Amino acid sequence: MTDILITGADWLGGGRGDLLVRNGVLADPATAGSDIERFDADGLIALPGLVDLHTHLRQPGREDTETVASGTAAAARGGYTAVLAMANTTPVTDTAEAAEHVAELGRRDGLVQVVPVGAVSKGLKGAELAELGLMARSPAGVRVFSDDGRCLSDARLMRRALEYVRAFDGVIAQHAQDPRLAGPDACCHEGTISGRLGLPGWPAAAESTIVARDIQLVQLTRSRLHVCHVSTAETVDVLRWAKSRDIAVTAEVAPHHLLLTTDEVLDYDPTYKVNPPLRPAEDVAELRLALADGTIDAVATDHAPHARHDKEHAFAEAAFGMLGLETALPVVVETMINPGALDWAGLAMRMATAPAHIARLADQGRRGVVGEPATFVLVDPTARAVVDRDASASLSRNNPWHGRELPDPVVATFWQGRVTFRR
Amino acid sequence: MRHLLSAADLELASATEIFDVAEEMSLLQGRPVKKLPALRGRTVVNLFFEDSTRTRSSFEIAGKWLSADVINVSAKGSSMSKGESLRDTVLTVAAMGVDALVIRHHASGAPRQVTQWIDAHVLNAGDGTHEHPTQALLDAFTLRRHFRQTAPTLRDFEGKTIAIVGDITHSRVARSNVLLLNTLGADVIMVAPPTLWPSGVDSWPARFCTDLDEVLPIVDAVMMLRVQRERMSGGYFPTPREYTIGYGLTSQRLEMLKVGAAICHPGPMNRGLEISAEAADAANSLILEQVAAGVAVRMSVLYSLLGGADDTPPPTAREPLG
Amino acid sequence: MDAGGGEDSRIVLDADQIARACARMAHQILEANRGAHGLVLLGIPTRGVALAERLARAMAEVERVSIPTGALDVTMYRDDLRRQPTRPVGHTRLPTAVDDAVVVLVDDVLFSGRTVRAALDALGDLGRPRAVRLAVLIDRGHRELPIRADHVGKNLPTAADERVRVRLEEVDGVNEVTIVRDGQSSPETAEHG
Repeated sequence: MTDILITGADWLGGGRGDLLVRNGVLADPATAGSDIERFDADGLIALPGLVDLHTHLRQPGREDTETVASGTAAAARGGYTAVLAMANTTPVTDTAEAAEHVAELGRRDGLVQVVPVGAVSKGLKGAELAELGLMARSPAGVRVFSDDGRCLSDARLMRRALEYVRAFDGVIAQHAQDPRLAGPDACCHEGTISGRLGLPGWPAAAESTIVARDIQLVQLTRSRLHVCHVSTAETVDVLRWAKSRDIAVTAEVAPHHLLLTTDEVLDYDPTYKVNPPLRPAEDVAELRLALADGTIDAVATDHAPHARHDKEHAFAEAAFGMLGLETALPVVVETMINPGALDWAGLAMRMATAPAHIARLADQGRRGVVGEPATFVLVDPTARAVVDRDASASLSRNNPWHGRELPDPVVATFWQGRVTFRR
Repeated sequence: MRHLLSAADLELASATEIFDVAEEMSLLQGRPVKKLPALRGRTVVNLFFEDSTRTRSSFEIAGKWLSADVINVSAKGSSMSKGESLRDTVLTVAAMGVDALVIRHHASGAPRQVTQWIDAHVLNAGDGTHEHPTQALLDAFTLRRHFRQTAPTLRDFEGKTIAIVGDITHSRVARSNVLLLNTLGADVIMVAPPTLWPSGVDSWPARFCTDLDEVLPIVDAVMMLRVQRERMSGGYFPTPREYTIGYGLTSQRLEMLKVGAAICHPGPMNRGLEISAEAADAANSLILEQVAAGVAVRMSVLYSLLGGADDTPPPTAREPLG
Repeated sequence: MDAGGGEDSRIVLDADQIARACARMAHQILEANRGAHGLVLLGIPTRGVALAERLARAMAEVERVSIPTGALDVTMYRDDLRRQPTRPVGHTRLPTAVDDAVVVLVDDVLFSGRTVRAALDALGDLGRPRAVRLAVLIDRGHRELPIRADHVGKNLPTAADERVRVRLEEVDGVNEVTIVRDGQSSPETAEHG
């Protein structure tokens, strides 16, 4: 591979400099030879490649909606260099063999590093532990375990899982939704709009009570917890309490919960049906504050591709989920950078470094200095565009941002020296 | 009016118009030839995803008496596993060239979603727990006749207090009635145990309370909602008898009503649960009149939607999911 | 509402002339029917109803019997429903069954004949009269269908772009018939004829 010299890039807004990519790592720009490819990055910001803690790649099982190839292509377009692929595939990733299969697909087809997430319970049934240890020992090296899609609601099973993963520095990622308070039919934030529209309500308490319980279990077990897709101010309150006591809990927020509110479902458009649901503006404001002050550690997309025929149903019957990989950075720039709530260093922490740390990914989220992997993304902080859902690398089109003007920052994505996306 | 999806689609003038035309339509019942040619050549499809013999027959007669061609399509809800989406089902039906779809669906919002996909007029015949606008219209029409007979005022509903009692959170009839009665100028009081209150009551144009005995003496009409016994498995109230004692229109409670106060029920009734047999058959019960009014009111609504030039579709329709 | 005799309008019948025309038509109806037996007057809303009641009163004075009088709304039977937004429906009131009756349809202006055609269809769905007659205050010509009036208050040749405006005290507070050039008249007299 030819060396690439990137000139005038501003690493995390810390000042302009050059980056030399050689054999997959960052080399000293002064050693650049003559036979090199040049890339003018004047005006562009360089960030560590983004890491998504929460993606649904749908392979194996629903290759009609997304594959490892298409999903990682979408990820690279979004500035990502690593994704954690959730376990709710068909079959479920609940054995070492299944995890290895996903990892192998990632090695073969992936445009980003693909790390399989292991199910906590067999078949996601929430009854018995899956072979967490074998998944951890496998070449796939699973460290993040989640029944996402379902809540691990049995307190005893959650306790056992937290205890068990301590042996190999694993973390349990919880989809917090008490099934007795918000059952499978719940699809709209319980409040004024759900009452008026006649949609089954999903009260905030269904999320915050599980998070509160799990935090107490973390105290009991001295293990690690990660909270998926925090959506409510109530949960933020609970997280603040936990962090004030240095309890080992981390949390993520999805881009759609940083900008979209329950108002989007007034027309019953299933494009906006997601789990947990969109919440009122007060919650959106709290989530932004929490992301800014570190109560929420990371942004994670919960990228959830769906076929048209699974979305074009009555709202209560349509599939839950939205695309997110290609629009995550635009939304975070819009909601956090542009209003001045975060600077680029803060964004990099929340979208790359912290997720990499939570998932224990050694080669991701690193600094832009000589010797580090050449895994970074160049972004244009000023570019904007109207989102066109058809101009997407994903196989699916359930994009809630279609037609909206948002920042359009990603110019080029580099993963271990390889250009995985270029505008 | 292009569609009738919600009672909120009606202002005072249009609701009054519908009632006045319904009065004319009701005269048809006594005529030798039960036909008006106003909708001749129009095709109306009753697309029912939820069974309802009564409502469907009511719409069928209403369309036929207006000389429309009426077809009944019984569509079993297409769940995701069966492959055919709601959009596909509706487009297939509409492709045959229909002027209006009368839709009843078990999921709230389905009729509104359908308007994004087809050009035909859409009439909501009941969607999930959301709304049932023609039921509210026939309820109010029946009450208007009653008030004009017993307590006529300059404006039929202003100054009147109407209570709606029962499983409000799951009742599409309640939602439509609250909106319509409010538009008509009545004061609405909702009575239910707290577990059956909807979320966000502060935004509803009605007062909410939990004590039926406090409310009955001051109302000009009380509308009892059907309570499903299945609600007990959701833990909404402990036993049927506790519900009846607290919220049923028992024969003792009949005594509390003002002279001339009307009793309504959208049906079907659970005699003995939310309404006693005495109350259902009382002199001031309008329950049978409500049923009789159904055809005339639905004729009036169909005429209102289809009896004139088709409006051009509004420009704000969203594109289909790509 | 502008006063009669404005710039481009002229009065063709004043209050007295209207009264005389009604009195004459009442006598003619009785004469043609050889008395009041079997007569039913049905006015076509809006002003046809007021006219029917005037005729009935005049006839009652002569014959000393009351003549069954009502209203027949024809909105649902119009042939041009689909050309305009949904029209409001007027009130139909049958004083008695029409089977074997001599029904006299009463309207203010006869123009294209389409209103009367609609009235005949409406009447057909209500029963089977022995005979149907037509009495109009004004016949302004320009028939589009083979329809003619049996009793006419005044024959009024008009140009197609003129509008005949009948005002009756019961409805409009004043009695007069005016002709206006098109564009000057008010919407409530939208003509079907």
